Amino acid sequence: MERWRPSLCSTVPVSSMKFNTRKTRAWIYQALFIACIIAIGSLLIHTLLQNLEQQGIVTGFNFLSQNAGFGIVFSLIDYSESDSYGRVFWVGLTNTLLVAGLGILFATIIGFVVGVARLSNNFLAKQLASFYISLFRNVPLLLHLFFWYFAILQPLPGPRQSIDFFDMVFLNNRGLYIPKLISEDQSNGWLWLMAGLIVITLVLIRVLRSTHKKYVWFASIIGAIMIWIGVAPTYTAEIPTLTRFNFSGGIVIIPELTALVLALSLYTASYIAEIVRAGISSVDKGQVEAAQSLGLRPNHTLRLIIIPQAMRLIVPPLTNQYLNLTKNSSLAAAIAYPDLVSIFAGTTLNQTGQAVEILFITMLVYLSISLSISFSMSLYERSKQWSKT
Amino acid sequence: MYYVAVSLRWLKDNLFSNAVNTLTTLSLTAFLLWSLPPLIDWMIINASFVGSSNNDCNNEGACWVFIREFFPRLMFGSYPESERWRIYSTGIIAILFIFTARQYHRTAFSVILFGLFSIIAVTLLYGGFLGLSRVDTHQWGGLFLTIVIATVGIVGAFPLGILLALGRQSHLPVIRAFCHVFIELWRGVPLITVLFMASVMLPLFLPDNIDINKLLRALLCIMLFASAYLAEVIRGGLQSLPSGQQEAASALGLTYWQQMRYIILPQALQRVIPGIVNTFIGLFKDTTLVLIIGLFDFLGIVQSAATNPEWLGRANEGYAFAALIFWIFCFSMSRYSLHLERKQDQ
Repeated sequence: MERWRPSLCSTVPVSSMKFNTRKTRAWIYQALFIACIIAIGSLLIHTLLQNLEQQGIVTGFNFLSQNAGFGIVFSLIDYSESDSYGRVFWVGLTNTLLVAGLGILFATIIGFVVGVARLSNNFLAKQLASFYISLFRNVPLLLHLFFWYFAILQPLPGPRQSIDFFDMVFLNNRGLYIPKLISEDQSNGWLWLMAGLIVITLVLIRVLRSTHKKYVWFASIIGAIMIWIGVAPTYTAEIPTLTRFNFSGGIVIIPELTALVLALSLYTASYIAEIVRAGISSVDKGQVEAAQSLGLRPNHTLRLIIIPQAMRLIVPPLTNQYLNLTKNSSLAAAIAYPDLVSIFAGTTLNQTGQAVEILFITMLVYLSISLSISFSMSLYERSKQWSKT
Repeated sequence: MYYVAVSLRWLKDNLFSNAVNTLTTLSLTAFLLWSLPPLIDWMIINASFVGSSNNDCNNEGACWVFIREFFPRLMFGSYPESERWRIYSTGIIAILFIFTARQYHRTAFSVILFGLFSIIAVTLLYGGFLGLSRVDTHQWGGLFLTIVIATVGIVGAFPLGILLALGRQSHLPVIRAFCHVFIELWRGVPLITVLFMASVMLPLFLPDNIDINKLLRALLCIMLFASAYLAEVIRGGLQSLPSGQQEAASALGLTYWQQMRYIILPQALQRVIPGIVNTFIGLFKDTTLVLIIGLFDFLGIVQSAATNPEWLGRANEGYAFAALIFWIFCFSMSRYSLHLERKQDQ
């Protein structure tokens, strides 16, 4: 009773083909794959545990509460030698985020300026911008870092021969000393007032922008004066002063931080500049011509026509660069800036020997930074509905 | 007179077309006048080119004697001088093999040739048999080590990169998810933590009797790291192919691996060569990080030479030279990738 089947199909009887379908094969392959992964994984973990036992290392995260016992030169949160390794982790993390934040800020500014200069009508600006891009992109970041740290900042004169800017800011081989604002009364009442004034001014500017464009500048100046009057009396600037050995007072920015921010932002800026250039030159020429024929002024054409369209192409690779910068901030270990890798995956690991746990935590931190940035990126893209185009 | 008019016209158009432009021109000229003369003074006019020690250099300008004295170390690390012919011959053989492989467009032939080359390269560079004395990897260094790490890293990452890229496109959900997670994991962490992992964590995962040396461990981790980046590049190539290609291949009755081998991969890889070159440039620059785990690559040698007590204060010369070498390598490679991209667009 066999039905006729075209000769293209195999001559195997139908009954024996039941299990040899695409679907069952897929399941078998996947099951085999999982089995392989589990086998390899358990083999590795088995050897790991055996090795750890042999070396007498206790696994687990208990070491985080142990006393660290080493000093850290620069910390945003309170830290002393008697704090725990857990505290070291937070110091490292905040220092990493600080460097990444500053780096992103400066890299964006420099990158946009250079990227626009690359397209400028000015011959000199164009040539200098492309020279900058070619020079900074093609040299490893670590070399940038060594250059700024070992060749520029370390040979600076000592505190007595500091380079000073207007007797307010001082630069020497111990760091950059800038004035610090300190409040006279301890209550934060003035701070709240200032915040309120800023909000009112911003709202005012926002409202005026749609109706009375002329008065925007006026409102901003009034707002600034009000804030100044409200806040200035309670704050005094603490200017760093030279004592016998070093400066005291003010905020000290250690050379490691300066070098790291300089290297990261200048290096990443050369990539951002290329992204900005590509984004702007992707905007159709007709758009600019149409804007001009509508009578828009050049700066309006740039702000209202070119930039919104260019941003669509700029934002995704730009976030990628921000991610790279954050990951690259881990090079801090090379010049001993106390970031996460340097003091946690470096010093703490050497002292405790908890390699697996520490590297696991460190990688998890970078991974979650990466994933959260790329997640917010995709949300942003979706909100603008860019991914459709 | 005509030429004067033309140049004036050019100046007006390109440098002084309006107030902002003029201001930019003037400030940039001021910047150049402020920065260039001291630089040229330091690099050429006041620089010392002859001599053999730090005393032969004046302190006003660069001491290029420093570079000349350290040149062999910068290139080869502490690879013994009498054995350096082995590095040269490996280089020459590599070039010969590349040209031979380009003559015959046969993948299988190239793969065999490549396998042969790896054996020859390891024999020549590491030695230990065939009458060649052994040169331990801790003696490897300089630009030679940089090139070894970058090339081995990218070439070793290639097969895994292809598999990961195919896995991410797979219709099997488990394999797709695994590849996706693997790629994101490696792309999400900085190379330096990967290298830390290679130097302190990897030995813990291996049985006692297996002792892999530091260079090999670093290479292994760099390969895994690079494979994730390569996979994303290759995936771009796979996605750019029209789906008709695979449908046609299926219709011809080719199996999955035949489709990939003969139809999909040759086209996809062809398209992503510029992307692969760019990944290589990135890896080449990132190779410098190995100095943090104590391997003396090119920058590592520069750094250690700069701290040599006999040559104190000569770090700038070292950095300038390192920058020049890296610039030459990376710039020429990026030009090459640009050239390939343009050729493909035509």
